[in-house]
Amino acid sequence: MSETDIGVWGVLIAVLGGAIRVGTPFLFVSLGECLTEKSGRVNLGLEGNLVMGAMSAYAISYYTGSPWLGVLGAGCSGLILGLIHGLLCQNPKVNHIAVGIALMIFGTGLAFFLGKPFIQPTAPHLPAVSLGFWSDSPVLRAALEINALFFVGLALVPAIYFMLKNTKWGLMIRVVGESADAARALGYRIQLIRLLTTMAGGFLAAIGGAYLSLYYPGSWNEGLSSGQGLMAVALVIFARWNPIYCLYASLLFGAAAALGPALQAVGISWGYYLFNAAPYFLTLMIMIMTSSAKQNLAGMPGEFTR
Amino acid sequence: MDKKVALQDKKVSRRSLVKTAGLGAAAVATGIASPVSLAATKKVNMGFIYVGPRDDFGYNQAHFEGKSGVAGLNWVKAFDEEKVPESIEVEKTMESMIQLDGASILFPTSFGYFDPHILKLAPKYPQVTFLHCGGLWDSTKHPTNVGSYFGYIDEAVYLSGIVAGHMSKTGKLGYIAAIPIPQVLRNINAFTLGAQSVNPDITTNVVFTGGWALPVKEAEAANSMVDQGIDVLTCHVDSPKVVIETAEKRGIYSCGYHTDNSPLAPKGFLTGAEWNWSSVYAMYAEKIAKEEPIPNLVRGGLAEGIVKATPYGPAVTDAAKSEADAVKAKLMEGGFAIFKGPIKDNKGNVVIPEGKSHGQTDIWLESMDWLVEGVIG
Amino acid sequence: MLKTLEAFAVTLVAIIISLVLISIFIWASGNSFIEVYQTIYKGAFGTWFSWQNTLVRAAPLMLTALCTAIPARVGLVVIGGEGAVVMGGLFAAITGISLNGMSPGFVLFAMLFTGALSAGLWILGVGALQYYRGVNETISSLLLNYIAIAILNFLVVGFMRDPATLNKPSTHHIGDANMMGVIGESSIHYGLVLGILLCIALWFVTSRTTFGFSMKITGGNPRTAKLAGLNVGKIILVSCFIGGACAGIAGVVEVAAVHGRANSSLNAGYGYAGILVAFLARHNPMAIILFAISLGGIQASGGLMQRRHDLPDASVLVMQGIIFVVILASEVFYGRLKIPNLFQSQKTAQENAA
Repeated sequence: MSETDIGVWGVLIAVLGGAIRVGTPFLFVSLGECLTEKSGRVNLGLEGNLVMGAMSAYAISYYTGSPWLGVLGAGCSGLILGLIHGLLCQNPKVNHIAVGIALMIFGTGLAFFLGKPFIQPTAPHLPAVSLGFWSDSPVLRAALEINALFFVGLALVPAIYFMLKNTKWGLMIRVVGESADAARALGYRIQLIRLLTTMAGGFLAAIGGAYLSLYYPGSWNEGLSSGQGLMAVALVIFARWNPIYCLYASLLFGAAAALGPALQAVGISWGYYLFNAAPYFLTLMIMIMTSSAKQNLAGMPGEFTR
Repeated sequence: MDKKVALQDKKVSRRSLVKTAGLGAAAVATGIASPVSLAATKKVNMGFIYVGPRDDFGYNQAHFEGKSGVAGLNWVKAFDEEKVPESIEVEKTMESMIQLDGASILFPTSFGYFDPHILKLAPKYPQVTFLHCGGLWDSTKHPTNVGSYFGYIDEAVYLSGIVAGHMSKTGKLGYIAAIPIPQVLRNINAFTLGAQSVNPDITTNVVFTGGWALPVKEAEAANSMVDQGIDVLTCHVDSPKVVIETAEKRGIYSCGYHTDNSPLAPKGFLTGAEWNWSSVYAMYAEKIAKEEPIPNLVRGGLAEGIVKATPYGPAVTDAAKSEADAVKAKLMEGGFAIFKGPIKDNKGNVVIPEGKSHGQTDIWLESMDWLVEGVIG
Repeated sequence: MLKTLEAFAVTLVAIIISLVLISIFIWASGNSFIEVYQTIYKGAFGTWFSWQNTLVRAAPLMLTALCTAIPARVGLVVIGGEGAVVMGGLFAAITGISLNGMSPGFVLFAMLFTGALSAGLWILGVGALQYYRGVNETISSLLLNYIAIAILNFLVVGFMRDPATLNKPSTHHIGDANMMGVIGESSIHYGLVLGILLCIALWFVTSRTTFGFSMKITGGNPRTAKLAGLNVGKIILVSCFIGGACAGIAGVVEVAAVHGRANSSLNAGYGYAGILVAFLARHNPMAIILFAISLGGIQASGGLMQRRHDLPDASVLVMQGIIFVVILASEVFYGRLKIPNLFQSQKTAQENAA
């Protein structure tokens, strides 16, 4: 009897630990996308930033021996992809979604192309902070072995929230996202602001990629990302364009992804394919339930209405 | 027009092969690539096709290493293509290798390439030999220019199981697998049976990730298993890197798969099951050089050198080594059956009754759809 | 006429720019770009075999491109082609297996019908959610891709599995008699004919019929369309259904002409490549034929690039990415190209006619 008790606790702890382990890249891409979308742009190409970031981080960490330089390098690669996205979208006739898909293809292709030599070698990893020192249970200790980047992300959440809500910069971003006409009347440089938020979003998404290659699962290969970047757009809708909800949504998606393997590890194995699709199904359901033809989603930047 | 020219070209190359046969055979027979210059004669063109990237630390890399082995022979021209989907793409890749590169032997290495793709092309190109990795060839059904090769890797996995059984303190082993197909189930069973030969109470937890390359899910599965008290982990996915590294990080033992995984886990690595395709490809090359008929079905395990066990890691105890070595010797001799009754499946049904045993060559094992008692998942 | 000419000219300029960029990329990777271009030409169009290779790859792209292009005409950005292919293939297999034994022509027709219907409804759902509930169609169609793939895998590994397929879990075979044949002596299946015919038919519908005109108005501004008395909801739903049905037919062709079964190979990325083709063709069904063939050609030559120049598989992705980015960037040129005087008179004639 006691054995099953350990099993249930094990599942819970695994899911909690997994929420952070699997959720961290989601956190970065969703924060990045949130920032971009707040200014009235959609970047569907964050998958490209993520994969490119993963590769650059691993390569730089391998060459320099410093994983933090790798993270920075990843961010810069994301900055460049964001710059291209931002510049292309300045033309009103160009479709944002198409640009996103184009850069996704380009970013992943380039990452695979340049990443060939880095599949075999092992690069230095990012450090982790052990919060489980008080516990005797190795299980709990492992679950509380929290990567440093998660704390960075955690600090970014209130920072971005505060920036958007209470600073002049945040106001400019929100006005540009809410109504281009109003922004123009106020004399804001719409294109420049959107360009900068897209670049910042690209930077963050690429750091999400660096997390994948430098911490968890912690190696570079072509199958590394399973669409975490593509999910960014859905996550932001899920989070109602609110950085704090982005954190919750990321943890929820992380937990959902951890649940399937955790249940299988204790012998509950029915329908794992459907389990794998659960986060997507959940997002769709929430979108359907919270949307309405009559009014816009709460928090949605006004520029998205047709 | 072009097609005809290409076909004639092929005939020439086959004929000229006869002339070079003696020289080439001498080189291969001794196992050393001879520096004898054969520049004047045509080369044998071999095409290799992989379903994933050729440097994935796993299945595709094992084949790529095999290809690199024969590519060194100076009368072989070997070329390859990676990431070819199991769809009409592979048909076109094979045709392209035949028509544009003059391939006379093709090695499509993924299981799903066989039916319908190889079977569709083989009658169209009777002068080309299609050698498929998967062991599916059946003389009653399939064309004669098609052949199959495969290794009984479960023999090496069984040895891993013995070592794992010795080293496990909790009596709980973990197996991370892609999808429940016969090949995977056979390995899981062999691993469990090997461990149970040491301690009949041992159980194996299985997680199916649902895909061949899902690194995050594999890492999650590995972590969950460690949390459940599993202390030896192995896997059957395209690239074992993530699983082995995660096991090492969490401080438990691991057994490798596909290639030599020992560098991934310097402390906790026990042993592993590896392919040794270069021996198979060299064998084919030798047959071709000697103008001997190419066998349609090549299968073998440890004894034939198609699979091998990775050298033991530092943690393995002498007791484990000696028992695994003893079983290995028996497997090499032949006559040792891994699947020997009585075996019950994990639903309680008797699948192999007392007194009956299925040798490695038994085709029945290749449609395995059950897991032995003690496997959870 | 002039618009077409302008599109031609801009696209041509864009292609030249992308070729230059690709040349730099190839040169940076240590290869001679002239040799690589020769290889691409040889692999894509150099021989009759290469042509067949290209056309066979182009066929599904035409059909999946329509899945993005047709809804795009009414202003919806649908990227659910992958899921629609999977659905179409799955239902084609179910139909083929259950009707196996009846007259092959009828079975094939039934497969096309159920495949197109199921995938059409799948994407129609996307349109309905957008129109009635305001759910973003791009995201919902993306999510539906994952859901469709999960359903396929669940069924194929589960109770629809033919145990004889051993290590490649698949459904039962639809029966050899029911397979779709190839065109004449070639190795090209009839999927290409379906693709071209549908592209031409939908080009006619979108550019020459009243329905096509109302699609255009809806795409321009749904509110105007409503004011003009158009049934916007119906137009959106029908467009989505048509798009989905086309991608579904691509799935049917995969099952009926290639695999004979439904399995995970249905999810081979045709849906995503189709999005690329649709945008390159600026959602013009006629142009889709051309761009699908070009993209098919690049993919067909990918293998040869690996073998001849040791370029990894990802080079094809990089090239596609460069072309896509440059073509999108070339939108800047529209309305800015100085069209030679030769056409000036045509322009005025055109305007007068309009």
